[in-house]
Amino acid sequence: MSTIYILWLRQIKRYLRSKSRLVGSLAQPLLFLVALGFGFGPVYQQAGEGSYVQFLVPGIISMTILFTAMFSGIEIIWDRQFGFLKETMVAPVSRLNIMIGRTLGGATVAIMQGLIVLILASLFGFHPVSWSMLPLAILAMLLIALFFTGLGTAIASLLQDMQGFQLIMNFLIMPIFFLSGALFPLKSLPLVLNTIIKFNPLAYGVDALRDSLINQSYFGLSLDFTVMAISAMIILGIGTYLFNKIQI
Amino acid sequence: MANIIEVKNLTKKFKHFTAVDDITFEVAKGEIFAFLGPNGAGKTTTIKMLTTLLNPSSGDLKIDGHSSINDQDGARHSFGIVFQDPSLDDELTAYENMYFHSVLYKIPKSERKSRIEHMLKFVELWDRKKELVKRFSGGMKRRLEIARGLLHHPKVMFLDEPTLGLDPQTTNHIWTYIKDLNKKEGITVFFTTHYMAEAEKVADKIAIIDHGKIVIIGTVEELKTKTKTNSLEEAFLALTGKKLRDEEVSSEQIMRQRRGVWHR
Repeated sequence: MSTIYILWLRQIKRYLRSKSRLVGSLAQPLLFLVALGFGFGPVYQQAGEGSYVQFLVPGIISMTILFTAMFSGIEIIWDRQFGFLKETMVAPVSRLNIMIGRTLGGATVAIMQGLIVLILASLFGFHPVSWSMLPLAILAMLLIALFFTGLGTAIASLLQDMQGFQLIMNFLIMPIFFLSGALFPLKSLPLVLNTIIKFNPLAYGVDALRDSLINQSYFGLSLDFTVMAISAMIILGIGTYLFNKIQI
Repeated sequence: MANIIEVKNLTKKFKHFTAVDDITFEVAKGEIFAFLGPNGAGKTTTIKMLTTLLNPSSGDLKIDGHSSINDQDGARHSFGIVFQDPSLDDELTAYENMYFHSVLYKIPKSERKSRIEHMLKFVELWDRKKELVKRFSGGMKRRLEIARGLLHHPKVMFLDEPTLGLDPQTTNHIWTYIKDLNKKEGITVFFTTHYMAEAEKVADKIAIIDHGKIVIIGTVEELKTKTKTNSLEEAFLALTGKKLRDEEVSSEQIMRQRRGVWHR
């Protein structure tokens, strides 16, 4: 237990100390929110869909969590390159515990980022249907965060260095984000696009977040949480397996 | 039990070549053991296998009676290690790095603070315990790593080129600590180095490895007598030849170079 805690604490300390990372990782979601939210707002309104900012914010929160969690997972490559991973690997601690501690740390950081975006968004005029649904929203954030920290860990366990990172960014993270319904409603999409999105775990995360914050849902809350929970469990299992096999 | 490290028929094969080829040796308790060899001879690979970072292709290794393959946690409790490359968390302070280690090695809570204080004073870093490690010089980092490696009272200390790139003052300082510990606490020391004079001065016993095989094991005197030379350096060259070695650059080193570009 204490080893999990100390690994978690390390992630949190690192996060709180790197101010540049904190600010940098908030700039992008804010830009998206302002540019897209206010840019497409009038068109969206005219289409009779209501406020685009309201619709967009859960998507932007999901994006923030996606990126932060993914990076936390991939940080293993940095730890590997700069030696710290060896310190944890030679310690008499099971790799499962190392994995759990890191994942929880990464997920916590991602949720904090998500909450900061939520607070900032409410300064830009976003208002949830009811703040009493916040715990449910946080649960959705947690599941998104766990899934993507696990995915990042799994990928990082397979990579020796950051060479392949650009590839992952362009062919995995970006498609996951753009094809998740974070930016547009899922109803009446072309069939192909709709089918692809149904296989994207983030789509269910976004949907759950949207349901709990602005009471709009495409899949329905129970399906959202079921899919998210199961896919998070599967990916964490794969991540643990691959992490176990790391040799330095 | 007189031998604290026992290695039997240890082999490690990578895709293209055999890094460690069927080596067998023992290290007696309380000994200072130097493990020497040219670049790419298999030193670091052997240390990685001993310290459970790499699984051997075949063979057996034991540290203080614990198999590094089947009883990894037992083995991990028994040794401390200072790696060739830094393995500290730069974003944490010296104290936090030590504390992290004390939790990982399950040092009782009541003893953590006093032990960390003792070790940090020992390497003369107590005054700077609250500074982030990234502000430390190479020598200070090495001292901190030694302090950390000793924190859980290991029976064996592995030092992979502990004095590489350090000035003579720091080197001298570090060896004084280590020899002192070896004498007072009976800690077995297993180290690698490229400085023959260093090995000649401190090691009780020396093994020379080349092309993944152990060429010779013995005291400095034995090595000199066998090769009919006057110094360890001459003996080393007589045994391993004068041909220069190529070592493959690892992706790790490439990354380090790149990171240097980004961070300055």
